[in-house]
Amino acid sequence: MGQFLHTFFSPFDFLRATPQIWSGFKLNLELMIVAEALVLVLALLIAIVRGLPGRAAAPARAAAIVYTDIFRGTPLVLVIYLVLGFATLNYVGLSSGTLFRNGLIALVLVYTAYVTEVYRAGIESVHPSQRMAARSLGLSYMQTMRYVVLPQAIRRVIPPLLNDFIGLQKDTALITLIGLTEAAAQGFQYASDTFNYSGMTVAAVFFIFLTIPLARFTDHIIRERERRERAQVV
Amino acid sequence: MSESGHFVSLQGVTKRFGDLEVLHGIDLDVPEHNVVCLIGASGSGKSTLLRCINLLEKIDAGTIVIDGQTITGTKVDVNTLRQKIGIVFQAYNLFPHMTVLQNVTLAPRKALGISRDKAEAHARALLRQIRLEDKADEFPDRLSGGQQQRVAIVRALATGPKLMLLDEITSALDPQLIGEVLELVRELADSGMTMILATHEMGFAREVANKVCFLDAGVIHEEGPPEQIFSAPQEARTREFLGRVLEAGRM
Repeated sequence: MGQFLHTFFSPFDFLRATPQIWSGFKLNLELMIVAEALVLVLALLIAIVRGLPGRAAAPARAAAIVYTDIFRGTPLVLVIYLVLGFATLNYVGLSSGTLFRNGLIALVLVYTAYVTEVYRAGIESVHPSQRMAARSLGLSYMQTMRYVVLPQAIRRVIPPLLNDFIGLQKDTALITLIGLTEAAAQGFQYASDTFNYSGMTVAAVFFIFLTIPLARFTDHIIRERERRERAQVV
Repeated sequence: MSESGHFVSLQGVTKRFGDLEVLHGIDLDVPEHNVVCLIGASGSGKSTLLRCINLLEKIDAGTIVIDGQTITGTKVDVNTLRQKIGIVFQAYNLFPHMTVLQNVTLAPRKALGISRDKAEAHARALLRQIRLEDKADEFPDRLSGGQQQRVAIVRALATGPKLMLLDEITSALDPQLIGEVLELVRELADSGMTMILATHEMGFAREVANKVCFLDAGVIHEEGPPEQIFSAPQEARTREFLGRVLEAGRM
C-alpha cells in the first residue's frame, strides 16, 4: 500500500512534476480551445447543409453524409497519422507549428463529424409545426432556421455537445503520437526520469479539473433557462 | 379584388398525399370582408384546405386566386404572399424560446424589415387591445391556453394580413377559455377582416359566418348562409353530421 501511494500519490513528486506537466498542458489547452471553436462552427454548417430541402441541394447533402460517415467511423489515431502522412508529402522537415496544425486538423475532422450528428438530432427534435408557424408568417427557410429552429435545437443539445467536448479535450492527449509533448507525455517523461508515476496523476487531475467546472456551468445555464421560460412545476 | 369580385377564389383545388386524394376539386369563393366557416368531421380536409390556401401544402391541381393574384403559378414569392395571409393553428405553435413580444415582432422585423422600435410599439398596441400588454415579457409557457392562442392570433395579425385562416383554434382549449378566443375572432370579424375558419363551434359559426361550407371526405357537399345550413340542410350527409354534433352537445 505504501509503495502504491508513493508511486502514484507522492506529495513531493506532485510538487516537483507540476511545472513540467503544466508546460505540457498549455499545449492541450491551446489545442482544445481552437479545435472546439472550429468544431462548433463547422459542425453547425454541415448539419444545416444536411438538412437542406430540394433536389438542387442533393449533392451537398450527399457530401455531408459521406464526410460524417468516413470521419465518424475512422479511429482518431489513424486520422492523426493519416493527416501527418499527408503533410509529409510536401514537407522535408516538420516544425512543431506544423505538427500542432496537423493535430488540430485531425481532431477537428473527427469531432466535427460527431458534433454534426448531435446538431442534426437537435434540429430534427424541433417539431415541424414550429417551422410551419415560422414559414406561415412569411419568414424564409434560412430565417426560420436562424431564428426559430436553431435556437431551440442548440439549447436541447447542450448536454451532448458538452459530452463530445470533454471527449475532445481528453483526446488532445493523442497528439503526443506525432511527437508533441503535451501533459500526458510530460507525465510519462517524468515517470521515465524518476520511476514515479505521480506526474501522470497530476496530468489526470488537470484534465478532470477542466471538465468539472464546465459541466457545472452547463447545468447552471440549463437550470436558469428552465426557471425563466417554463411554467412552474410543483 | 379579382374579376369575379371575390377576395379568395378556389377552383378545382385537388390535393393528394401519395395515393390518397384528400381534396377532390374544391371550389370556394370568399368576398372581401366576409367570414366563411368550414365545418365537417375530423379528417374531412378542412385543415389541409386552409394550409393549401397559404401554400404550406402544394396543391396537385386547380387554381387559387387571392386578391387578384394567382398564387398557384410558378412565379409566386411565397414569403411575400404569406405576409398577406395570417394563419392560426389549433396547437398555437408559439415559439417557446421567445417572449410574447419577441413572438409578435419576429415576422415584422425579419420578414418585413421594420425597425425594432416600430415593431415593438405596434406589437404592444396589439397586445393592449387583447389586454395582454402586461404579459409582453413573459414566455409562452407561463400563459394559459386561451392567452397563448390570443397571442398567436396577434402574432399572425402583426404583419398586417388581409386574410386570416383559423384552423380549429379553440379545439385544444378548456371550455372556460374558449370564450376569450372567440370574442377576439368576433372583434376581427366586426372589423371587416376576411376570414376562413375551420371550426367545431357550431354556435359560433352560425353567429359570425356569412357562409358555411360542409366538408366531407375532401368534397364541399353543401354551402350556404348559416341559417340554411344549420336549420334546413338539404343534403343527407349534412343532416347526419349535424345530428351527431347535436347529440354530442356541441350545438
